[in-house]
This record gives sequence, C-alpha cells and structure tokens, in this order.
Amino acid sequence: MKTLFDKIWEAHVVSTVQDGPTQLYIDRMYCHEVTSPQAFDGLRNRGLKVFRPSQITCIPDHNIPTINQEAPIADPISKKQVDTLERNTKEFGLTHYHMGHEKNGIIHVVGPENGLSLPGMTMVCGDSHTSTHGALGAVAFGIGTSEVEMVLATQCVFQSRPKTMRLNFHGRLKAGVTSKDLALYVIAKMTTGGATGYFVEYAGEAIRAMSMEERLTVCNLSIEMGARGGMIAPDEVTFDYIKGREFAPKGAEWDAAVEKWKALKSDEGATFDKEIDFDATDIEPMVTYGTNPGMGMGINESIPTLESIDEAGRISFAKSLEYMGFNAGEKMLGKSIDYVFLGSCTNGRIEDFRQFTEYVKGKKKADHVIAWLVPGSWAVDKQIKAEGLDKILTEAGFELRQPGCSACLAMNDDKVPAGKYAVSTSNRNFEGRQGPGARTILAGPLVAAAAAVNGCITDPRA
Amino acid sequence: MGELEGANMEKFITLTSTVVPLPIENVDTDQIIPARFLKATSKDGFGDNLFRDWRYDKNDQPIASFVLNNPTYNGEILVAGKNFGSGSSREHAAWAIAGYGFKVVVSSFFADIFKNNAMNNFVLPVVVSEEFLAEIFDGVNANPAITLTINLEEQIITNNSNGKSESFQINPYKKECFVKGLDDIDYLISKKDMIERYEIARV
Repeated sequence: MKTLFDKIWEAHVVSTVQDGPTQLYIDRMYCHEVTSPQAFDGLRNRGLKVFRPSQITCIPDHNIPTINQEAPIADPISKKQVDTLERNTKEFGLTHYHMGHEKNGIIHVVGPENGLSLPGMTMVCGDSHTSTHGALGAVAFGIGTSEVEMVLATQCVFQSRPKTMRLNFHGRLKAGVTSKDLALYVIAKMTTGGATGYFVEYAGEAIRAMSMEERLTVCNLSIEMGARGGMIAPDEVTFDYIKGREFAPKGAEWDAAVEKWKALKSDEGATFDKEIDFDATDIEPMVTYGTNPGMGMGINESIPTLESIDEAGRISFAKSLEYMGFNAGEKMLGKSIDYVFLGSCTNGRIEDFRQFTEYVKGKKKADHVIAWLVPGSWAVDKQIKAEGLDKILTEAGFELRQPGCSACLAMNDDKVPAGKYAVSTSNRNFEGRQGPGARTILAGPLVAAAAAVNGCITDPRA
Repeated sequence: MGELEGANMEKFITLTSTVVPLPIENVDTDQIIPARFLKATSKDGFGDNLFRDWRYDKNDQPIASFVLNNPTYNGEILVAGKNFGSGSSREHAAWAIAGYGFKVVVSSFFADIFKNNAMNNFVLPVVVSEEFLAEIFDGVNANPAITLTINLEEQIITNNSNGKSESFQINPYKKECFVKGLDDIDYLISKKDMIERYEIARV
C-alpha cells in the first residue's frame, strides 16, 4: 500500500547514505539564467562535464523584458546573466530556448506545454515553483544552486525524504471561483509554513473536475505553504493534455506509457503522515491583505483584528499591515488599486487569458489602472491571437506584452512603484517583491479582471 | 569522501558568539536578498546586500532602527523568528548570510530549501524550541552581550546567559560534512558507477 509520492520517489532512489540523505535520480532538470551561473562555474572549477546533457533544458525567463525583445536587453547586468546562460549551454552542449525562440517563455509554462514534463518523472530546477510540474503526476521540486551543480555533474541530488500529506477537496468549486482561489484558500488555512517538510498530494472531487491548467496553478502554489512539492494523480485529463505534444511519447510508446501512468495513484488504504479534508463549496474568490501568501481571505471578508493573532506573531502582523497601508479589521472591497498584473508561472496560461478576457469583454479598463498582461510563453501568445482574444483585450483598453516572468519578481523593468497597489495573479506578495516598496494583492484572473475594470477591489461575481 | 579545497570549506566544531536578534516570523528569502540583487554571476558580494530593504532606505542610507545597523548587536549567530527562509529557492540568501559573516542561524523553524542551501554553504541552521528561542530574545533584550555556544560534535546549543541547553538535530552525514569541511558533489561523483548501473537497470 503506497502513496503516489512513495511510488515515484522509490523508483528513483539510487542509494541511501547510512543515517543520511537519499541519492535521488533526476529525470529532467530545467535551468534559468539566475540560479545556474555559479553551478556552471563549479563544474568548470572541478574540471567536469555535464553528465547527462539530454536531460537538461535551459530557458532564460527571469530577466527577460516584456517589450522589444527583438532588441538586445538594455540593462547590462541582466544582459550579462542571460548571455552567460547561452555561453554555458554552448560550452556544455545543452538545449537552450533563447529569448525570442518560439519555445521561450516561463520554464514552468514551457515544460508542460511541450511534453517535456511527464507523469512519473522526477524534475528539479533552481526555482521553488518547480512544484508546478507535479500536477502531471510527478515529483518536482525547487533546489538551490549547489544542488543544480550536483545534478549537472551526476544527474542526482541528495535529499532527505519528505513526509507525505494529502489534502482532499470534497464537492465542486462554485461558479466564479478559480483554482487560484482554491490554492490561496488552502495556504491561508495552512499558513505559509504549514506544509514545510511535506510533499502534498491534492485529491478529491474538486481536483478531479479541474482542467490540466487549473491543476498546474494549484501545484505551483504548494511551496507557498512551505511544501517541498505538490502533486496530482494523472488521469484522462492528464493524458488528453499530454497527447500529441512535441516531446511526449508517440505511437506504440504512447500506449505503453499510458498503461504505466495509470498505475500512478495512491493505493486504496495507503497512509499519509497527515491528511486534511476541505469542503470546496466553502471557497470564495480570494485576495491577500498582507506580505506573505498565507495572509489571504475571502474577498467579502474583513482583515483579521490584532487580538485574533497569536501573541508571538503580532509584531510581524502589524509590520505587514503597516507596509500594506491597511488597518486591522477593515474590508478590502472597494479599495482603490493602481496596477494589475496578469501572468507568471501561476496564471500565465491560455485558460487564464480566456477567463480575464471573458470578464473584460465589452467593458473598459479603468483609466487610472496600469495593466500588464504577460503571456507565460510564446505558445500562449500564439494561442491568444489565434482565438482573437487580443482584439477583445485591445477594445477594452488593454495591451499584450511579450512572455517572461515579468512583474512577478520585477527583475526586468516591470516594477510596481513604491507605495502603489498591484492586484497580481502571481504567487508572492512579499515586501518589495514587485519592486521596492510595491504593495501586492494576490488574486486569481477573475478578481484581477474585475479590479482592472472597476479600479478597485471588486467581487467578480457582483 | 575526498577532501575538497575551496574558499567556502571551513571546518566547524564549536562556536561561542554574541548574537544578532531578528524577532520577525516568516522572514522570506526576498527579504534576505531582494531579486534585483540576484543578477550577479558569481557568489561574491551578496553580504553587502543582506536584508537590503530593511537595512537601507531608498537613498541607500542605513536605517538606524534595523538591527544590523545597531552597533550594540554583533556576532556570528543570527537568531530569527519561526519559519525563517521561506519562499524563493535562491541560494543567494545563504551566500548573503555567509558573506555577511554569520556561521549559524538559530530559529524554531526553517523552510526546507533554505535549510539545504545553508548547509551546502556551511552555515549551520539550528532548530530550537519556541521557549528556548523566546528566552534568547528576552536575554539579548536585557543584555546584548550575552552569548550562545553551539557544540556541533555534541549537538548542543547553550544559552550562556541562563545556562540552559538544548540538543539539536542534524543528520550524521551532514554533521560529518560540516566537521570535515566536505561537500556533497565529491561524494556523488564518487558514486558514478552506481548511477550508471541504476540507469541501465531501469530501462
């Protein structure tokens, strides 16, 4: 009787150090420009080659500008980092989807959409949102640069085996409630460190009813409650999504793969170290009011009062509200906002653009709101145009930018100015995350669309 | 395990030091080192920007109220509120802490990825109970000169202001790495034949 996690993990154990960590084999590693240069330097210093080059895919995404990608990157330091990745991929013989390449985009969008990420795999990247790929039924997690170097050198990492947790969602999400809302709801319940030390499996009717892209959003946010990763057992939704994608198995290999993937589920009666049940019908559209993703609430609720917070946490809570310019106990509804960001590895996929467009169709963007609409990849951009969503967006006063991580962490020029409020479909509302002094309110694509049109926090169902 | 020579490889057995207190919970790695400072392609210089936006204002002037700018507090041990190092996997956070000169971070709870990154840079994360942590904060509040002693061999942390000790966990393999100044990559490279056998067996 094994959990889904146990099955995949155990199939990848090369050895276990006595009283120490597990040597885990990695099927695929993704590298971006920010967390890899020191790892490649490490290889050079040790005089090593990349052990399994065909299992590494390199994509610059964090520093990429979202306008004028045709021109060289203007910021010389960003340019150097992006150029360094290209040089390293040439020197070590690795696949590289450079800026402007048709397969360029955010790693966690590009991997699944090309069939590079598949059920049953172990996957890593020097990026905590690698948990995204677990939605396909895989063990995928973020690592540090020393560990990137380990994988480049040996295709293995040393990891302590995490504990397992299953989160069951009974019932279905209500109309107007997105998978992002479900994730923000769970993080608020669990707190930002509540799943630390665990690998989480999401299960239940609400999860089964989700499309593949909705599942990717849920797993993406696993790290925001501290989880090592998140995963969902593959099913017909998964197989339909993968079939025909460029690097997915084809013909007889496809049939054999699906047969194998069908066994990737937690056995009846398998025990988890922790199991928690939620009622999906309790979930409302969510917003965050503070400076970590666990500080979230239903859009019609009020910010907690100071007295309702544990004594040890009050300093942090007060500091957080002071940064945000909010008062304990007050409502978020109707608060004026300045920026809207649709995009990131959390909500930069075609379904997110469809939801946003559906809401703003026939309406107009509020004049004072600056909106950044950033597709997660060139493939998403192409699909937006094929469906004519770009025309509807233009009529409503929006413009589309070019793909990249963009304002999620503001390593490029897409920075929210100090003191300004941004409703963002990204994953982190940490102090300064979207620019020094920027104030981030995390939400799903529908709440973001309603904020863009009304210029303030609005329930998209109203 | 083969010996490796490198700038970061410092052997660690015991340490007694004054502490720098940071009684904030959920300190995320974006605070430890903001994203705009992640553009370097080497591991050097991150210590200068440790806690950048809490430490300096927008005109790059030190913010007097922040603990790193307060000459009363110094030492090689950072003591922080629970869930330290959450968020982004950036190892730059560990490089910043090591680069600033901290050898140990004490908290009641660490985020997973940060903990691995810290250990891979020979910064020891020491997990203590909530009570023990509160007593350190109270102690250093009353007297900034108090010291902690970390004995890695015995896995004991002592608050020298009240004489109380607690044992802390570290797996024996990692402890040996710390004590001998070894890193994982050497060990993994020595296992390459085993990796190749694994690859053949799974096909």
